[in-house]
Amino acid sequence: MFMFEKALVGGRGYWAWIGALAAVACAGAWAYGTQLQTGLGVTGLSRDITWGLYIAQFTFLVGVAASAVMVVLPYYLHDYALFGRLTILGEFLAITAVVMCGLFIVIDMGQPSRVLNVLLHPAPSSMMFWDMTALGGYLALNIAITRVTLEAERNGTAPPRWIRPVILLSIPWAISIHTVTAFLYSGLPGRSFWLTAMLVPRFLASAFAAGPALLILLCLVLRRWWPLRIAPEAIASVALIVAYATAAHVFFILLEVFTAFYSQVPEHVRHFTYLYAGLDGHTALVPWMWASAALALAALVLLAVPGTRRRESTLAAACAAIFVSIWIDKGLGLIVGGLVPSPLGAVADYVPTAREMLITAGVWAVGAAMVTGFFKITAGVRSADR
Amino acid sequence: MAGRAAVATAAGAALGCSAGLPRRHRLGIAIDLRRCIAAGGCRACIDACHRAHNVPDIGDARHEVKWIWKEPFERAFAAEDAETITGALRGQMVPVFCNHCDNPPCVRVCPARATWARDDGLVTIDAHRCIGCRYCVAACPYGSRSFNWIDPRPFVAEPMSRYPTRTRGVVEKCNLCEERLADGKLPACVEACPERAMVFGDLADAASEVRRVIDERYAIRRKPELGTRPQLFYVI
Repeated sequence: MFMFEKALVGGRGYWAWIGALAAVACAGAWAYGTQLQTGLGVTGLSRDITWGLYIAQFTFLVGVAASAVMVVLPYYLHDYALFGRLTILGEFLAITAVVMCGLFIVIDMGQPSRVLNVLLHPAPSSMMFWDMTALGGYLALNIAITRVTLEAERNGTAPPRWIRPVILLSIPWAISIHTVTAFLYSGLPGRSFWLTAMLVPRFLASAFAAGPALLILLCLVLRRWWPLRIAPEAIASVALIVAYATAAHVFFILLEVFTAFYSQVPEHVRHFTYLYAGLDGHTALVPWMWASAALALAALVLLAVPGTRRRESTLAAACAAIFVSIWIDKGLGLIVGGLVPSPLGAVADYVPTAREMLITAGVWAVGAAMVTGFFKITAGVRSADR
Repeated sequence: MAGRAAVATAAGAALGCSAGLPRRHRLGIAIDLRRCIAAGGCRACIDACHRAHNVPDIGDARHEVKWIWKEPFERAFAAEDAETITGALRGQMVPVFCNHCDNPPCVRVCPARATWARDDGLVTIDAHRCIGCRYCVAACPYGSRSFNWIDPRPFVAEPMSRYPTRTRGVVEKCNLCEERLADGKLPACVEACPERAMVFGDLADAASEVRRVIDERYAIRRKPELGTRPQLFYVI
C-alpha cells in the first residue's frame, strides 16, 4: 500500500498507542460478534426508538468527512497558500470518517450479510441509495487526491495537472454528502423534528464547526512529536472558520427554537420539549442537551474573543468543547429527538447498552488508528524534505 | 395524451410514488368503529391475524412485534383536538394496522426495493430481501412497522406451516393477507370479526361494498394531511 511503510516506523509510545487502539477495536469486534449472533436486541434500541448511537455516529461522521472542504476550498479556489500543508490532513480525516460511516451503517443493519442488496436492487427513490453513492464517490475522490498529492509532495514536484479538476469536483461533492445525509431525515412525512429544509444548513454548519475543530486538535497534539510543518497562522485561520461555523450552528438551532415555540404548533414543540425539558417524566437526554448548549456557548465565547482564539491552550479548549457539544447535539439529540414522541405519541427513553457503547468505541478506535497512521505517513514524507 | 400519461406513470414508478395514473384496483378496508367499540375488549381480529402469520408474542414492549393492535382513539387520530371527539369515541380502543397507503413513504425510502406496492395498492415486504436498516420504520407516520430485534421464533406459540416465520433483523407488518387473497379468501381480521365491523374490497370499484359503506357514512383516515392516502377508512 501507498507509503504505508512510513506508518510502520515509530517509537515505543507510538506502538503502545496503536496497541491500545487495536485492543479496543478487538473488544468492539467481539461485542459486535455477539450482536451478530443474537440480533440488535442487545442494544438499547426499541420499537419506538429504532435508530440510536450507531446511526447518530454515522450522521456526525459524515459531517467530519464533509468538513475537509473547509481547508480544501480556500487553498484551491482562493490560492490561500497557508492551507497548502493542511489540505492533505483534512482529506485523510475525510477518508477515515467515511470508512467509520460505512462501519456504523453495516453495524446498524439487522441483516448485514445482505448489504449488497442495495447494489443488486438499486432504488433511486431512496435517499439511502444517493447517500451511498455520494459517500462512495467521496471516498474514491479523496483516496485519489491524497495519493497523488502526497506522492508529489514526497518527490518535491508539483502534482500532475489532471488532479486539479478532481480536487475541484471534491468541493461540491463534500457539500453533497452532508446534504444528502440531511435529506435522509428531512424528507420523511410525520417526523416534524426533521421535516425542515433547515436541517441541511444545520448539518453543514455543525459539520464545518466540529470537523475543523477536530483537525485543529489533531494538529496541535500530533505536531508535538511529528514534523507536520503546520504554520501557527494556518491553525489560526482554521480557528476563524470554526468560530464562524460555531456561530452559524448556534444561530440555526435558535431559528428552529423560535419557529417551534412562537408558532406553538404542538408537533414542532414537543420534540424540543422532550430534549430540553423532558416529556411525560422522560428526561434521559435533558442533562446532555443542556451540556451541549453550555459547551457550544462556551466555545463560541472562546472563539469570538481574539485573545482566547489565538492562545493555543484556550483554542484547544474551545475546539474540544464544540466537538463534544456537536457530538451530543447530532450524536444523541438529533436522532432520538426526532423519533420521540413516536407517531402514536409514545414517549420512551433510550439508553445505549454497554455492548452498544463497546461496539461504538471499537469503530472509533479503528478511526483513531487510521488517522494516526495517515498523519504519521504525512509526517514521514515531510521529515525527509528539509 | 396517452403518451404523456405513460411518461407520468413511468416517472411515478421510478420515483416509487404514485405521481402517475390512479390505480385500476385499490384494495382497502372500511372499519365501522361503532360496531367495533360495541364489542368492547374483543381481540378476535388481532388473534386471528397474529396466529395466521406467526407473529411472535414477545411480551417485552421494547421488542414487541405486532401487525394489528388497538390504540386509544385520541392516539390513533386527533391527538391535538380531543375536545371535538364525540363521547362515543373518547378513550375508546380502535384497531390500527398498516394503512396500505396509496402513496406509501415506506416504499419510497427502502434502499433495497424490499418493500413495494402491488398494482392493486397492497403494500408488501420481501423478508428475504430486507437488509434491516429500518428506514421504512422511520418513514411510516403510523408506527405500523415492527422490527425483529431478537429471534422471533421461540415466541410463536403454535407455528402455522402455511405462512413463513421470520428471522431476526428484518422488518414486518400487516400484508393485508396477500396469501389468503391469492386463495380467494378475505383477510383474516375481516373474516374473524364477530361484529362484521370490517369490510374489505376494491375502493376503485364504484359498485364494491367497501365503496358503498364509505360513500354512505362519514369516514376518516389517519393523518390525511401527510399526503400518504391511507386505504384504511374508519367509519364513525
